[in-house]
Amino acid sequence: MSSAMLELIFEATLDTLYMVALSGAVSAVIGIPLGVLLYVTRPGQILAQPVAQRVLGIVTNIGRSIPFIILMVAIIPFTRLVVGSSIGTNAAIVPLIIAAIPFVARLVEGALNEIPPGLIEAAQAMGATPVQIITKVLLPEAKGGIINGLTITVVTLVSYSAMAGAVGGGGLGDLGIRYGYNRFEPLIMLITVAILVVMVQGFQSLGDRLVRKADHK
Amino acid sequence: MIKLEGVSKTYGAGPTAVHALKNIDLEVPKGAIHGVIGLSGAGKSTLIRCVNLLERPTSGHIIVDGQDLTQQDSEALRQSRHQLGMIFQHFNLLASRTVFDNVALPLELMGVSKGEIRKRVEPLLELTGLTDKATQYPAQLSGGQKQRVAIARALASRPKVLLCDEATSALDPQTTASILELLQDINRKLGLTILLITHEMEVVKSICHRVGLISDGELVEEADVGDFFTAPATRLGREFLNAFLELEPPQALVERLEETPGEHTHPVVRLAFSGANVATPLISRLARDSGVDVSILQAKVESIQGRTLGLMIAELIGTPETTSQALTQLESHDINVEVLGHVQRDA
Repeated sequence: MSSAMLELIFEATLDTLYMVALSGAVSAVIGIPLGVLLYVTRPGQILAQPVAQRVLGIVTNIGRSIPFIILMVAIIPFTRLVVGSSIGTNAAIVPLIIAAIPFVARLVEGALNEIPPGLIEAAQAMGATPVQIITKVLLPEAKGGIINGLTITVVTLVSYSAMAGAVGGGGLGDLGIRYGYNRFEPLIMLITVAILVVMVQGFQSLGDRLVRKADHK
Repeated sequence: MIKLEGVSKTYGAGPTAVHALKNIDLEVPKGAIHGVIGLSGAGKSTLIRCVNLLERPTSGHIIVDGQDLTQQDSEALRQSRHQLGMIFQHFNLLASRTVFDNVALPLELMGVSKGEIRKRVEPLLELTGLTDKATQYPAQLSGGQKQRVAIARALASRPKVLLCDEATSALDPQTTASILELLQDINRKLGLTILLITHEMEVVKSICHRVGLISDGELVEEADVGDFFTAPATRLGREFLNAFLELEPPQALVERLEETPGEHTHPVVRLAFSGANVATPLISRLARDSGVDVSILQAKVESIQGRTLGLMIAELIGTPETTSQALTQLESHDINVEVLGHVQRDA
Protein backbone atom coordinates (compact mmCIF):
# COMPACT_ATOMS: atom_id res chain seq x y z
CA MET A 1 0.00 0.00 0.00
CA SER A 2 1.32 3.40 -0.93
CA SER A 3 2.19 6.01 1.67
CA ALA A 4 -0.32 8.34 -0.01
CA MET A 5 -3.01 5.77 0.67
CA LEU A 6 -1.97 5.45 4.32
CA GLU A 7 -2.10 9.21 4.65
CA LEU A 8 -5.56 9.16 3.17
CA ILE A 9 -6.71 6.58 5.72
CA PHE A 10 -5.13 8.55 8.54
CA GLU A 11 -6.86 11.74 7.48
CA ALA A 12 -10.18 9.99 7.07
CA THR A 13 -9.86 8.58 10.58
CA LEU A 14 -9.22 12.06 11.97
CA ASP A 15 -12.18 13.39 10.00
CA THR A 16 -14.45 10.74 11.50
CA LEU A 17 -13.19 11.44 15.02
CA TYR A 18 -13.69 15.15 14.43
CA MET A 19 -17.27 14.67 13.22
CA VAL A 20 -18.15 12.33 16.07
CA ALA A 21 -16.50 14.46 18.75
CA LEU A 22 -18.00 17.76 17.65
CA SER A 23 -21.49 16.44 16.93
CA GLY A 24 -21.39 14.38 20.14
CA ALA A 25 -20.37 17.39 22.23
CA VAL A 26 -22.91 19.78 20.73
CA SER A 27 -25.77 17.26 20.89
CA ALA A 28 -24.91 16.54 24.55
CA VAL A 29 -24.90 20.25 25.40
CA ILE A 30 -28.34 20.66 23.84
CA GLY A 31 -29.74 17.16 24.36
CA ILE A 32 -29.11 16.85 28.11
CA PRO A 33 -31.07 20.00 29.03
CA LEU A 34 -33.78 18.94 26.60
CA GLY A 35 -33.99 15.51 28.26
CA VAL A 36 -34.19 17.17 31.68
CA LEU A 37 -36.93 19.44 30.37
CA LEU A 38 -38.87 16.47 28.98
CA TYR A 39 -38.69 14.90 32.43
CA VAL A 40 -39.38 17.79 34.79
CA THR A 41 -42.33 19.13 32.78
CA ARG A 42 -44.24 15.85 32.91
CA PRO A 43 -47.59 15.92 34.70
CA GLY A 44 -47.01 15.67 38.45
CA GLN A 45 -43.33 16.53 38.14
CA ILE A 46 -41.50 19.44 39.74
CA LEU A 47 -42.12 21.86 36.84
CA ALA A 48 -45.23 20.22 35.40
CA GLN A 49 -46.26 21.74 32.05
CA PRO A 50 -48.38 18.98 30.51
CA VAL A 51 -49.19 20.80 27.24
CA ALA A 52 -45.66 22.02 26.55
CA GLN A 53 -44.37 18.58 27.52
CA ARG A 54 -46.66 16.92 24.95
CA VAL A 55 -45.53 19.28 22.20
CA LEU A 56 -41.88 18.82 23.10
CA GLY A 57 -42.34 15.06 23.15
CA ILE A 58 -43.95 15.04 19.71
CA VAL A 59 -41.19 17.20 18.22
CA THR A 60 -38.58 14.89 19.75
CA ASN A 61 -40.32 11.84 18.32
CA ILE A 62 -40.46 13.39 14.86
CA GLY A 63 -36.73 14.07 15.07
CA ARG A 64 -36.14 10.48 16.04
CA SER A 65 -38.34 8.94 13.39
CA ILE A 66 -36.76 10.54 10.32
CA PRO A 67 -34.16 8.13 8.83
CA PHE A 68 -30.74 9.71 9.02
CA ILE A 69 -30.04 9.36 5.32
CA ILE A 70 -33.24 11.29 4.52
CA LEU A 71 -32.64 13.88 7.20
CA MET A 72 -29.18 14.53 5.79
CA VAL A 73 -30.54 15.31 2.35
CA ALA A 74 -33.67 17.08 3.53
CA ILE A 75 -31.85 19.72 5.56
CA ILE A 76 -29.25 20.58 2.93
CA PRO A 77 -30.53 24.18 2.58
CA PHE A 78 -30.23 24.62 6.34
CA THR A 79 -26.76 23.06 6.37
CA ARG A 80 -25.68 25.38 3.58
CA LEU A 81 -26.98 28.31 5.60
CA VAL A 82 -24.99 27.26 8.68
CA VAL A 83 -21.65 26.13 7.26
CA GLY A 84 -21.79 27.64 3.77
CA SER A 85 -21.50 24.30 2.00
CA SER A 86 -23.44 21.09 1.69
CA ILE A 87 -20.48 18.77 1.25
CA GLY A 88 -17.51 17.97 3.44
CA THR A 89 -16.90 17.15 7.06
CA ASN A 90 -18.37 20.34 8.50
CA ALA A 91 -21.48 19.95 6.39
CA ALA A 92 -21.94 16.41 7.74
CA ILE A 93 -21.78 17.63 11.33
CA VAL A 94 -25.01 19.65 11.03
CA PRO A 95 -27.34 16.69 10.30
CA LEU A 96 -25.40 14.55 12.78
CA ILE A 97 -26.18 17.08 15.52
CA ILE A 98 -29.82 17.39 14.48
CA ALA A 99 -30.20 13.61 14.54
CA ALA A 100 -28.38 13.12 17.84
CA ILE A 101 -30.16 15.81 19.90
CA PRO A 102 -33.52 14.00 20.23
CA PHE A 103 -31.63 10.73 20.66
CA VAL A 104 -29.65 12.13 23.60
CA ALA A 105 -32.77 13.79 25.02
CA ARG A 106 -34.75 10.54 25.15
CA LEU A 107 -31.83 8.60 26.65
CA VAL A 108 -31.36 11.29 29.33
CA GLU A 109 -35.08 11.26 30.04
CA GLY A 110 -34.88 7.49 30.40
CA ALA A 111 -31.93 7.77 32.78
CA LEU A 112 -33.85 10.29 34.93
CA ASN A 113 -36.80 7.92 34.94
CA GLU A 114 -34.70 5.43 36.87
CA ILE A 115 -34.40 7.76 39.86
CA PRO A 116 -36.73 6.69 42.68
CA PRO A 117 -39.43 9.38 43.03
CA GLY A 118 -38.82 9.33 46.78
CA LEU A 119 -35.52 11.16 46.28
CA ILE A 120 -37.25 14.11 44.64
CA GLU A 121 -39.81 14.11 47.41
CA ALA A 122 -37.09 14.06 50.06
CA ALA A 123 -35.41 17.04 48.40
CA GLN A 124 -38.72 18.90 48.26
CA ALA A 125 -39.26 18.15 51.94
CA MET A 126 -35.84 19.76 52.58
CA GLY A 127 -37.01 22.92 50.88
CA ALA A 128 -35.11 22.49 47.60
CA THR A 129 -36.01 24.70 44.64
CA PRO A 130 -36.72 23.01 41.30
CA VAL A 131 -33.32 24.16 40.00
CA GLN A 132 -31.62 22.70 43.07
CA ILE A 133 -33.48 19.45 42.58
CA ILE A 134 -32.16 19.29 39.01
CA THR A 135 -28.55 20.17 39.83
CA LYS A 136 -28.19 18.44 43.21
CA VAL A 137 -30.44 15.42 42.84
CA LEU A 138 -31.50 14.56 39.29
CA LEU A 139 -28.25 15.07 37.37
CA PRO A 140 -25.86 13.55 39.96
CA GLU A 141 -28.17 10.58 40.58
CA ALA A 142 -28.62 9.93 36.84
CA LYS A 143 -24.95 10.52 36.03
CA GLY A 144 -24.19 6.87 35.30
CA GLY A 145 -27.28 6.51 33.13
CA ILE A 146 -26.52 9.72 31.27
CA ILE A 147 -22.93 8.67 30.55
CA ASN A 148 -24.28 5.35 29.35
CA GLY A 149 -26.69 7.18 27.05
CA LEU A 150 -23.91 9.40 25.69
CA THR A 151 -21.81 6.32 24.98
CA ILE A 152 -24.65 4.83 22.96
CA THR A 153 -25.00 8.17 21.17
CA VAL A 154 -21.30 8.34 20.29
CA VAL A 155 -21.34 4.80 18.95
CA THR A 156 -24.41 5.62 16.88
CA LEU A 157 -22.69 8.78 15.63
CA VAL A 158 -19.72 6.71 14.44
CA SER A 159 -22.01 4.70 12.21
CA TYR A 160 -24.06 7.76 11.14
CA SER A 161 -20.86 9.61 10.26
CA ALA A 162 -19.90 6.72 7.99
CA MET A 163 -23.29 7.11 6.31
CA ALA A 164 -22.54 10.77 5.80
CA GLY A 165 -19.68 9.58 3.60
CA ALA A 166 -22.24 8.43 1.06
CA VAL A 167 -23.16 12.02 0.28
CA GLY A 168 -19.61 13.33 0.26
CA GLY A 169 -19.34 13.98 3.98
CA GLY A 170 -15.71 12.92 4.33
CA GLY A 171 -14.29 10.52 6.89
CA LEU A 172 -13.91 6.75 6.91
CA GLY A 173 -17.30 6.06 5.38
CA ASP A 174 -16.49 8.32 2.46
CA LEU A 175 -13.16 6.57 1.99
CA GLY A 176 -14.71 3.12 2.16
CA ILE A 177 -17.33 3.99 -0.45
CA ARG A 178 -15.02 5.77 -2.86
CA TYR A 179 -12.03 3.42 -2.75
CA GLY A 180 -13.39 0.22 -1.35
CA TYR A 181 -16.67 0.13 -3.26
CA ASN A 182 -16.42 2.37 -6.34
CA ARG A 183 -12.84 1.41 -7.20
CA PHE A 184 -13.29 -2.10 -5.89
CA GLU A 185 -10.34 -2.19 -3.50
CA PRO A 186 -11.43 -4.71 -0.87
CA LEU A 187 -8.37 -4.04 1.30
CA ILE A 188 -9.33 -0.38 1.76
CA MET A 189 -12.88 -1.42 2.61
CA LEU A 190 -11.57 -3.88 5.14
CA ILE A 191 -9.24 -1.38 6.76
CA THR A 192 -11.92 1.32 7.13
CA VAL A 193 -14.32 -1.19 8.67
CA ALA A 194 -11.58 -2.44 11.02
CA ILE A 195 -10.80 1.08 12.16
CA LEU A 196 -14.51 1.74 12.79
CA VAL A 197 -14.78 -1.46 14.83
CA VAL A 198 -11.78 -0.51 16.96
CA MET A 199 -13.20 3.00 17.41
CA VAL A 200 -16.57 1.70 18.59
CA GLN A 201 -14.92 -0.77 20.98
CA GLY A 202 -12.77 2.03 22.35
CA PHE A 203 -15.68 4.39 22.93
CA GLN A 204 -17.77 1.64 24.51
CA SER A 205 -15.13 0.54 27.01
CA LEU A 206 -14.27 4.14 27.87
CA GLY A 207 -17.98 4.78 28.46
CA ASP A 208 -18.34 1.66 30.58
CA ARG A 209 -15.41 2.68 32.71
CA LEU A 210 -16.86 6.15 33.29
CA VAL A 211 -20.27 4.66 34.19
CA ARG A 212 -18.64 2.39 36.77
CA LYS A 213 -16.84 5.36 38.27
CA ALA A 214 -20.01 7.43 38.43
CA ASP A 215 -22.24 4.73 39.89
CA HIS A 216 -22.19 3.98 43.59
CA LYS A 217 -25.19 1.70 43.50
CA MET B 1 -46.13 23.01 67.69
CA ILE B 2 -48.11 21.24 64.97
CA LYS B 3 -51.78 21.95 64.52
CA LEU B 4 -54.05 20.52 61.87
CA GLU B 5 -57.41 22.23 61.54
CA GLY B 6 -60.14 20.58 59.53
CA VAL B 7 -57.71 19.05 57.07
CA SER B 8 -59.32 17.18 54.18
CA LYS B 9 -57.74 15.69 51.12
CA THR B 10 -59.74 14.49 48.15
CA TYR B 11 -58.30 12.91 45.03
CA GLY B 12 -60.32 13.28 41.86
CA ALA B 13 -63.86 14.61 41.71
CA GLY B 14 -67.43 13.50 41.30
CA PRO B 15 -68.61 9.99 42.11
CA THR B 16 -65.13 8.48 41.69
CA ALA B 17 -63.51 10.92 44.12
CA VAL B 18 -61.41 9.37 46.87
CA HIS B 19 -61.63 11.06 50.24
CA ALA B 20 -58.22 10.23 51.69
CA LEU B 21 -58.59 12.53 54.69
CA LYS B 22 -61.83 13.77 56.20
CA ASN B 23 -61.78 16.84 58.38
CA ILE B 24 -58.81 15.95 60.56
CA ASP B 25 -58.10 17.98 63.69
CA LEU B 26 -54.85 17.20 65.41
CA GLU B 27 -52.60 19.03 67.80
CA VAL B 28 -49.09 18.01 68.80
CA PRO B 29 -47.56 20.03 71.65
CA LYS B 30 -43.91 21.06 71.63
CA GLY B 31 -41.53 18.26 72.60
CA ALA B 32 -44.13 15.52 72.27
CA ILE B 33 -43.81 12.28 70.35
CA HIS B 34 -47.17 11.77 68.70
CA GLY B 35 -48.03 8.61 66.82
CA VAL B 36 -50.75 8.04 64.28
CA ILE B 37 -51.57 4.42 63.70
CA GLY B 38 -53.84 2.82 61.16
CA LEU B 39 -54.19 0.04 58.65
CA SER B 40 -52.72 0.43 55.17
CA GLY B 41 -54.87 2.67 53.04
CA ALA B 42 -56.37 4.42 56.07
CA GLY B 43 -54.79 7.75 55.09
CA LYS B 44 -51.76 7.83 57.41
CA SER B 45 -49.28 8.54 54.68
CA THR B 46 -51.44 11.27 53.16
CA LEU B 47 -51.81 12.79 56.61
CA ILE B 48 -48.09 13.10 57.32
CA ARG B 49 -47.36 14.28 53.77
CA CYS B 50 -49.94 17.01 54.24
CA VAL B 51 -48.04 18.37 57.24
CA ASN B 52 -45.12 19.60 55.13
CA LEU B 53 -47.38 20.07 52.13
CA LEU B 54 -45.80 17.37 49.97
CA GLU B 55 -49.53 16.87 49.48
CA ARG B 56 -51.58 20.02 49.50
CA PRO B 57 -54.76 19.54 51.56
CA THR B 58 -58.00 20.14 49.66
CA SER B 59 -59.19 22.19 52.64
CA GLY B 60 -58.11 23.03 56.16
CA HIS B 61 -55.05 24.58 57.74
CA ILE B 62 -51.62 23.28 58.74
CA ILE B 63 -50.07 25.42 61.44
CA VAL B 64 -46.49 24.74 62.46
CA ASP B 65 -44.91 26.89 65.15
CA GLY B 66 -47.61 29.52 64.65
CA GLN B 67 -47.20 29.72 60.87
CA ASP B 68 -50.05 28.65 58.62
CA LEU B 69 -48.21 26.70 55.89
CA THR B 70 -51.28 26.49 53.68
CA GLN B 71 -51.26 30.29 53.33
CA GLN B 72 -47.58 30.58 52.38
CA ASP B 73 -46.25 31.16 48.87
CA SER B 74 -43.74 28.67 47.50
CA GLU B 75 -40.69 30.63 48.69
CA ALA B 76 -41.99 30.99 52.25
CA LEU B 77 -43.00 27.34 52.25
CA ARG B 78 -39.45 26.33 51.28
CA GLN B 79 -38.15 28.31 54.23
CA SER B 80 -40.72 26.69 56.53
CA ARG B 81 -39.72 23.25 55.34
CA HIS B 82 -36.29 23.80 56.89
CA GLN B 83 -38.17 23.65 60.19
CA LEU B 84 -39.66 20.28 59.30
CA GLY B 85 -37.25 17.37 59.01
CA MET B 86 -38.63 14.22 57.45
CA ILE B 87 -37.58 10.59 57.27
CA PHE B 88 -39.08 7.90 55.08
CA GLN B 89 -39.73 4.18 55.01
CA HIS B 90 -37.25 3.69 52.17
CA PHE B 91 -34.72 6.22 53.49
CA ASN B 92 -34.49 8.15 50.21
CA LEU B 93 -30.74 8.76 50.39
CA LEU B 94 -28.85 9.93 47.34
CA ALA B 95 -26.82 6.98 46.02
CA SER B 96 -24.35 9.36 44.39
CA ARG B 97 -23.36 11.02 47.66
CA THR B 98 -21.34 9.78 50.62
CA VAL B 99 -22.87 9.63 54.08
CA PHE B 100 -21.27 12.98 54.91
CA ASP B 101 -22.53 14.63 51.72
CA ASN B 102 -26.03 13.23 52.21
CA VAL B 103 -26.21 14.82 55.65
CA ALA B 104 -24.75 18.03 54.20
CA LEU B 105 -27.37 18.26 51.44
CA PRO B 106 -30.03 20.29 53.29
CA LEU B 107 -27.32 22.74 54.38
CA GLU B 108 -26.06 23.08 50.80
CA LEU B 109 -29.62 23.82 49.74
CA MET B 110 -29.78 26.57 52.37
CA GLY B 111 -26.52 28.05 51.11
CA VAL B 112 -24.50 27.34 54.25
CA SER B 113 -20.74 27.72 53.77
CA LYS B 114 -18.44 24.68 53.44
CA GLY B 115 -16.69 25.29 56.77
CA GLU B 116 -19.97 25.75 58.60
CA ILE B 117 -21.34 22.58 56.97
CA ARG B 118 -18.41 20.58 58.34
CA LYS B 119 -18.98 22.04 61.79
CA ARG B 120 -22.64 21.07 61.73
CA VAL B 121 -22.47 17.67 60.03
CA GLU B 122 -19.79 16.14 62.24
CA PRO B 123 -21.73 16.35 65.52
CA LEU B 124 -24.76 14.88 63.75
CA LEU B 125 -22.72 11.91 62.55
CA GLU B 126 -21.55 11.47 66.09
CA LEU B 127 -25.09 11.69 67.49
CA THR B 128 -26.29 9.03 65.07
CA GLY B 129 -23.20 6.84 65.50
CA LEU B 130 -21.98 7.22 61.91
CA THR B 131 -18.63 8.96 62.37
CA ASP B 132 -16.66 6.02 60.92
CA LYS B 133 -19.05 5.75 57.95
CA ALA B 134 -18.69 9.36 56.77
CA THR B 135 -16.95 8.54 53.48
CA GLN B 136 -19.03 5.47 52.60
CA TYR B 137 -21.84 5.39 50.07
CA PRO B 138 -25.41 4.34 51.00
CA ALA B 139 -25.07 1.12 48.97
CA GLN B 140 -22.43 -0.01 51.47
CA LEU B 141 -24.73 0.45 54.49
CA SER B 142 -27.33 -1.71 56.20
CA GLY B 143 -30.97 -0.60 56.44
CA GLY B 144 -30.56 0.62 60.00
CA GLN B 145 -27.45 2.61 59.11
CA LYS B 146 -29.25 4.14 56.14
CA GLN B 147 -32.08 5.29 58.38
CA ARG B 148 -29.51 6.80 60.75
CA VAL B 149 -28.07 8.77 57.85
CA ALA B 150 -31.59 9.89 56.96
CA ILE B 151 -32.18 10.98 60.55
CA ALA B 152 -28.90 12.91 60.64
CA ARG B 153 -29.85 14.53 57.33
CA ALA B 154 -33.30 15.45 58.62
CA LEU B 155 -31.71 17.11 61.65
CA ALA B 156 -29.11 19.08 59.69
CA SER B 157 -31.29 22.13 59.13
CA ARG B 158 -32.02 22.21 62.90
CA PRO B 159 -35.73 21.62 62.51
CA LYS B 160 -38.28 22.02 65.27
CA VAL B 161 -40.32 19.08 64.05
CA LEU B 162 -39.42 15.64 62.75
CA LEU B 163 -41.92 13.79 60.57
CA CYS B 164 -41.46 10.04 60.38
CA ASP B 165 -43.26 8.27 57.55
CA GLU B 166 -43.22 4.55 58.48
CA ALA B 167 -39.57 5.04 59.38
CA THR B 168 -39.07 1.55 60.83
CA SER B 169 -41.40 -0.47 58.61
CA ALA B 170 -38.59 -1.71 56.35
CA LEU B 171 -36.37 -2.73 59.27
CA ASP B 172 -36.06 -5.90 61.31
CA PRO B 173 -37.26 -5.83 64.96
CA GLN B 174 -33.81 -5.37 66.44
CA THR B 175 -32.89 -2.53 64.12
CA THR B 176 -36.33 -1.01 64.69
CA ALA B 177 -35.62 -0.94 68.41
CA SER B 178 -32.29 0.84 67.92
CA ILE B 179 -33.81 3.43 65.58
CA LEU B 180 -36.66 4.06 68.03
CA GLU B 181 -34.14 4.50 70.79
CA LEU B 182 -32.30 7.04 68.67
CA LEU B 183 -35.52 8.95 67.99
CA GLN B 184 -36.32 9.01 71.69
CA ASP B 185 -32.82 10.17 72.43
CA ILE B 186 -33.15 13.02 69.93
CA ASN B 187 -36.54 13.95 71.34
CA ARG B 188 -35.02 14.25 74.81
CA LYS B 189 -31.70 15.87 73.90
CA LEU B 190 -32.94 18.35 71.33
CA GLY B 191 -36.53 18.79 72.51
CA LEU B 192 -37.64 17.95 69.01
CA THR B 193 -41.36 17.45 68.40
CA ILE B 194 -41.95 14.19 66.57
CA LEU B 195 -44.98 13.19 64.54
CA LEU B 196 -44.82 9.64 63.28
CA ILE B 197 -47.13 7.38 61.39
CA THR B 198 -46.92 3.63 61.62
CA HIS B 199 -48.91 0.46 61.40
CA GLU B 200 -46.87 -1.11 64.19
CA MET B 201 -48.20 -0.98 67.76
CA GLU B 202 -44.68 -1.74 68.92
CA VAL B 203 -43.55 1.70 67.70
CA VAL B 204 -46.39 3.44 69.51
CA LYS B 205 -45.76 1.45 72.65
CA SER B 206 -42.02 2.12 72.71
CA ILE B 207 -41.77 5.85 72.16
CA CYS B 208 -45.06 7.68 71.68
CA HIS B 209 -46.62 9.90 74.31
CA ARG B 210 -49.94 10.22 72.55
CA VAL B 211 -51.51 8.23 69.77
CA GLY B 212 -54.21 8.83 67.21
CA LEU B 213 -56.03 6.09 65.39
CA ILE B 214 -56.91 6.74 61.78
CA SER B 215 -59.47 4.75 59.86
CA ASP B 216 -60.88 5.42 56.42
CA GLY B 217 -59.51 8.97 56.43
CA GLU B 218 -60.91 9.85 59.83
CA LEU B 219 -59.16 10.27 63.14
CA VAL B 220 -61.44 8.02 65.16
CA GLU B 221 -59.63 7.97 68.48
CA GLU B 222 -56.94 9.91 70.28
CA ALA B 223 -55.48 9.17 73.70
CA ASP B 224 -52.40 9.08 75.87
CA VAL B 225 -50.51 5.92 75.05
CA GLY B 226 -50.99 4.43 78.53
CA ASP B 227 -54.75 4.93 78.28
CA PHE B 228 -54.90 3.62 74.74
CA PHE B 229 -53.20 0.41 75.75
CA THR B 230 -55.43 0.03 78.79
CA ALA B 231 -58.77 0.91 77.24
CA PRO B 232 -59.06 1.77 73.58
CA ALA B 233 -62.30 3.63 72.96
CA THR B 234 -63.12 2.16 69.57
CA ARG B 235 -63.59 -1.30 68.19
CA LEU B 236 -60.69 -0.80 65.78
CA GLY B 237 -58.51 0.31 68.68
CA ARG B 238 -59.36 -2.87 70.54
CA GLU B 239 -58.61 -4.94 67.47
CA PHE B 240 -55.20 -3.31 67.14
CA LEU B 241 -54.50 -3.86 70.81
CA ASN B 242 -55.67 -7.45 70.91
CA ALA B 243 -53.71 -8.32 67.80
CA PHE B 244 -50.64 -6.70 69.29
CA LEU B 245 -50.99 -8.37 72.67
CA GLU B 246 -52.06 -11.61 71.05
CA LEU B 247 -54.77 -11.55 73.68
CA GLU B 248 -57.81 -13.16 72.16
CA PRO B 249 -60.16 -15.55 73.91
CA PRO B 250 -59.77 -19.14 72.70
CA GLN B 251 -61.60 -19.84 69.45
CA ALA B 252 -63.78 -22.54 71.00
CA LEU B 253 -65.02 -20.02 73.54
CA VAL B 254 -65.60 -17.28 70.97
CA GLU B 255 -67.97 -19.59 69.10
CA ARG B 256 -70.03 -20.08 72.25
CA LEU B 257 -70.18 -16.41 73.19
CA GLU B 258 -73.63 -14.85 73.25
CA GLU B 259 -74.22 -11.15 73.19
CA THR B 260 -76.97 -11.02 75.78
CA PRO B 261 -76.95 -12.77 79.13
CA GLY B 262 -79.38 -15.65 79.51
CA GLU B 263 -80.76 -17.40 82.53
CA HIS B 264 -77.86 -19.76 82.93
CA THR B 265 -74.96 -17.80 81.52
CA HIS B 266 -71.95 -16.17 83.03
CA PRO B 267 -69.87 -13.33 81.65
CA VAL B 268 -66.49 -13.53 79.93
CA VAL B 269 -64.57 -10.35 80.62
CA ARG B 270 -61.43 -8.65 79.52
CA LEU B 271 -59.75 -6.91 82.42
CA ALA B 272 -57.05 -4.29 82.07
CA PHE B 273 -55.41 -2.99 85.19
CA SER B 274 -52.46 -0.72 85.59
CA GLY B 275 -50.22 0.75 88.23
CA ALA B 276 -50.63 -0.45 91.83
CA ASN B 277 -53.47 -2.78 90.86
CA VAL B 278 -51.04 -5.06 89.06
CA ALA B 279 -49.31 -5.90 92.30
CA THR B 280 -52.56 -6.44 94.25
CA PRO B 281 -54.00 -9.96 94.56
CA LEU B 282 -57.28 -8.75 93.09
CA ILE B 283 -58.58 -11.98 91.68
CA SER B 284 -58.34 -14.05 94.82
CA ARG B 285 -59.81 -11.16 96.80
CA LEU B 286 -62.64 -10.94 94.25
CA ALA B 287 -63.34 -14.64 94.60
CA ARG B 288 -63.40 -14.36 98.35
CA ASP B 289 -65.47 -11.17 98.64
CA SER B 290 -68.12 -11.73 95.98
CA GLY B 291 -68.24 -15.47 96.02
CA VAL B 292 -67.71 -15.91 92.29
CA ASP B 293 -65.24 -18.35 90.84
CA VAL B 294 -62.78 -16.87 88.41
CA SER B 295 -61.50 -18.97 85.57
CA ILE B 296 -58.52 -17.27 83.95
CA LEU B 297 -58.37 -17.99 80.22
CA GLN B 298 -55.43 -15.78 79.33
CA ALA B 299 -53.27 -13.28 81.13
CA LYS B 300 -50.37 -11.04 80.34
CA VAL B 301 -48.30 -8.30 81.91
CA GLU B 302 -46.88 -5.58 79.65
CA SER B 303 -44.67 -2.66 80.44
CA ILE B 304 -45.69 0.44 78.49
CA GLN B 305 -43.48 3.46 78.96
CA GLY B 306 -42.73 2.67 82.57
CA ARG B 307 -46.37 1.87 83.33
CA THR B 308 -47.10 -1.74 84.11
CA LEU B 309 -50.22 -3.04 82.49
CA GLY B 310 -51.95 -6.28 83.38
CA LEU B 311 -54.38 -7.84 80.96
CA MET B 312 -56.59 -10.80 81.49
CA ILE B 313 -59.42 -12.68 79.89
CA ALA B 314 -61.48 -14.49 82.48
CA GLU B 315 -64.79 -16.18 82.95
CA LEU B 316 -66.74 -15.18 86.07
CA ILE B 317 -68.69 -18.14 87.37
CA GLY B 318 -71.53 -17.40 89.75
CA THR B 319 -75.15 -16.36 89.96
CA PRO B 320 -76.29 -13.25 88.03
CA GLU B 321 -76.30 -11.34 91.33
CA THR B 322 -72.83 -12.34 92.43
CA THR B 323 -71.25 -11.81 89.02
CA SER B 324 -72.73 -8.34 88.64
CA GLN B 325 -71.52 -7.55 92.15
CA ALA B 326 -68.08 -8.79 91.15
CA LEU B 327 -68.05 -6.52 88.09
CA THR B 328 -68.98 -3.52 90.22
CA GLN B 329 -66.21 -4.39 92.63
CA LEU B 330 -63.67 -4.60 89.80
CA GLU B 331 -64.73 -1.24 88.38
CA SER B 332 -64.50 0.38 91.78
CA HIS B 333 -60.82 -0.60 91.82
CA ASP B 334 -60.24 1.41 88.69
CA ILE B 335 -59.99 -1.65 86.53
CA ASN B 336 -61.09 -1.41 82.92
CA VAL B 337 -63.70 -4.09 82.42
CA GLU B 338 -65.02 -5.10 79.04
CA VAL B 339 -67.67 -7.79 78.87
CA LEU B 340 -66.84 -9.83 75.78
CA GLY B 341 -70.01 -11.92 76.00
CA HIS B 342 -71.75 -14.63 77.91
CA VAL B 343 -71.43 -18.38 77.86
CA GLN B 344 -73.88 -21.08 78.86
CA ARG B 345 -72.95 -22.64 82.14
CA ASP B 346 -73.37 -26.24 81.08
CA ALA B 347 -72.11 -26.01 77.55
